[in-house]
Amino acid sequence: MKVKVKFFAILRERAGVAESTKDLRDGSTVAELWGIIQRDFPKLAVPGIRLLYAVNQEYVTTDHVLKDSDEVVFIPPVSGG
Amino acid sequence: MFRVTDKPLVLQELIEFVTDPEAGAITTFIGTTRNNNDGRKVIALDYEAYAEMAEKELVRLGEEAKKKWPICRMAIVHRLGPVQITEPSVIIAVSAAHREAAFAACRFAIEEIKRTIPIWKKEVYEGGEIWIGTQTGQPLPGRDPRGVA
Repeated sequence: MKVKVKFFAILRERAGVAESTKDLRDGSTVAELWGIIQRDFPKLAVPGIRLLYAVNQEYVTTDHVLKDSDEVVFIPPVSGG
Repeated sequence: MFRVTDKPLVLQELIEFVTDPEAGAITTFIGTTRNNNDGRKVIALDYEAYAEMAEKELVRLGEEAKKKWPICRMAIVHRLGPVQITEPSVIIAVSAAHREAAFAACRFAIEEIKRTIPIWKKEVYEGGEIWIGTQTGQPLPGRDPRGVA
């Protein structure tokens, strides 16, 4: 299955791209995808920051199981206002 | 009215949106760009959003406020892109029959925006730039019954 990953803010800058598509085995979780994505983009991880996770624009936990064509976003600390 | 926009914000539009014959109070909050932060001289703030999710989460925030307080209407507009010193980055307007609910819901809205809405600010200061919040970790949204990791 394929999922789309979008990057924002500090993660977009560190990835060097705003989007990436990944081929995953069925049953992959958000946590597994994060591991794979970090290998693709070695500069991505920011020491000490705590991420939140969204799938199809809803917050989810890291054990959330992905489906084909999901849109996944790793959300760095928010700072609106 | 719950949206993000790259256009300058206009307070009057939000006031008109929340104007309601049942309301005896309208409160507004305007977040503006300050010229200093943590001892740095700030030149501008540059906002970025996961826009589709941010707007959905703002709608949800409005629904939560309506459950908590007897308010009539709420409007929130957050600006994206560069915001110069003194310019508004976010405006909230709330109408209610009585002032207590209008004040409380307005306060709730700005606190929730800072905690849960996927919007980020980069501070451009004299000598550099920094994504605010990246060194401090981040609080959990908490209202998700599944418990967000």
